[in-house]
Amino acid sequence: MRTIRFLLRKEYRQIFRDRVMVAQIFMVPIIQMLVLANAATFSVRSVQLWVVDDDRSSVSRAIVDRLTASGRFVLAGSSASMAEADDALLDRRAGLILHLPARLERELVRTRRGEIQMIFNAEDGAAAGIASAYAQRIVAGYGAELAAELRPAVGAIGAASDAPRAAGGSLDLRLRGWYNPELDYRDFMVPGILVVLVTIVGSMLTAVNIAREKELGTLDQLNVTPVTKTQFIAGKLIPLWSIGLVELGVGLAFAHAVFGVPVRGSLWLVFGAAAMYLVVALGIGLLVSAMVDTQQQAMFVIYFILIVYLLMSGLFTPVRSMPVWAQWVSAFTPVQHFVTVMRSVLLKGGGVGDVWRELLVLAGYGVVVFWVAVRQYRKRVA
Amino acid sequence: MSEPAIVAEGLTRRFGDFVAVDALTFEVARGEVFGFLGANGAGKTTAIRMLTGLLAPSAGHATVAGHDVGRDPEGVRRRIGYMSQRFSLYEDLTVRENVELYGGIYGLSDAEIRDRGGALLESLGLTPWARTLVGAIPLGRKQKLAFSVALIHRPAIVFLDEPTGGVDPITRRQFWEMIYETAARGTTVFVTTHYMDEAEYCDRISIMVDGRMAALGTPAELKRAHGVASVDDVFVRLARAG
Repeated sequence: MRTIRFLLRKEYRQIFRDRVMVAQIFMVPIIQMLVLANAATFSVRSVQLWVVDDDRSSVSRAIVDRLTASGRFVLAGSSASMAEADDALLDRRAGLILHLPARLERELVRTRRGEIQMIFNAEDGAAAGIASAYAQRIVAGYGAELAAELRPAVGAIGAASDAPRAAGGSLDLRLRGWYNPELDYRDFMVPGILVVLVTIVGSMLTAVNIAREKELGTLDQLNVTPVTKTQFIAGKLIPLWSIGLVELGVGLAFAHAVFGVPVRGSLWLVFGAAAMYLVVALGIGLLVSAMVDTQQQAMFVIYFILIVYLLMSGLFTPVRSMPVWAQWVSAFTPVQHFVTVMRSVLLKGGGVGDVWRELLVLAGYGVVVFWVAVRQYRKRVA
Repeated sequence: MSEPAIVAEGLTRRFGDFVAVDALTFEVARGEVFGFLGANGAGKTTAIRMLTGLLAPSAGHATVAGHDVGRDPEGVRRRIGYMSQRFSLYEDLTVRENVELYGGIYGLSDAEIRDRGGALLESLGLTPWARTLVGAIPLGRKQKLAFSVALIHRPAIVFLDEPTGGVDPITRRQFWEMIYETAARGTTVFVTTHYMDEAEYCDRISIMVDGRMAALGTPAELKRAHGVASVDDVFVRLARAG
């Protein structure tokens, strides 16, 4: 016990003496939250709009105005030729080409129908789909307005892509609910981001910290002392475990204060689950540190594991749209279970009764990973 | 004569097909300053790692301070001090914090840590530096501090793996004075070095060539046996032959 006390004191001193480390511990959750919560959303803002206006009429100008006034489209440029617009789309100066054909206004007045063309850069299919839904809605809204204003002279404008055709003055536009652009993704993303944070702290700091001692030679020095394996591991993991919990606290407080992310369930449950999950994360770090010789190798291996973990966890992409084998892999990543607990408890006010399965899995995971890691760790090379 | 500090019999370590240390057999008496020489890659570090319980022997055995390194490495660790060629103190802890840490690890009481630590800093002239980070003090002082810290639990044997690498000649001289004082108090000193003038200071030296002990004796004996004027010449002769 006395030895562990000395080791703990050493470890805390080293961690808090390292300015970069302290900055990491307290700033990283906040920065990550600010960046990720704002960037990692599925809503689409400021699509670069390129206009080819062959009509130059009040109608063509009004359509452009409506699109830019929505705030979702930014006028990136315009040209007289489609060829130039194509180039803009190709080198990503434009995300959407709006082609307003000659005689658009005249046709509208004469036949009560007009066609315009929108070409999207659909490299990112989901984003293009959302942008196209926005554009169609805006154009359709303007069409309805025109129809009301100029009735019976003008019917409507329909967007010619795959937009519903206006027929006989009324507009039949089917908006799909799942592209709800107003949905706030933050509440959904933040609990996941907190999980990423705890995972990074747990695994990365542990692996790098021990690899550092290997690199410096201080680990050999400790290994020739009577410090036992258990004492060494406790001395390393208790500080990092406590820091992981503090990080979670900092991140959660920030998310709650700044983003208004709700905390509907019990904080005890959140931190209890985190305490279990951290054992898994630390165990992984410990396991990696036993396999590597340098900090660089440790980081590399941890990055590899984390990327697989995070991509498979359903944090950024829905697990259900993965192939079946990947869904199985996903079920075996501890990250997913912790994310589920966090979302359930924070957003839905879930209690132990709602998340006991996940907790059980996390506990099982903790025991197995920790057991393997401790067994793997050796003071002496055989 | 009491039992020797170190007894090695056929101590061998293989890595795959490569035999890094091949059947070492030797004894080191208590209070002796034993120089362990050899070219880079001759197997010195591997041998030290076995003697300090960091590496299990593939064959043979060794007893260090009465404990078998293969069966009872923990017993060995309590009785030895170790200072590695890579700097072994924590540079981001202060001088005093390092002393406290190692004192605590070796099971010293708070009073012992205070008394021995204070005396240690005093004798090294490091008292004014007690609150300085070890990373910020000069290399020579660091090495002397590391040596003193390796002795804080009064071990029977201290292993010094190239302790004077990179330090200036004056500090080296002072370091060797510390080694003599330590040996005079009855602590066995097992030291590796690349400096042949240092080898002359040892009671006995051994020279390893390709995992084997090619020579063992007092510096005078070895010089006489090879008919040369310095240990340096003995070393070059043996290393070239191997």
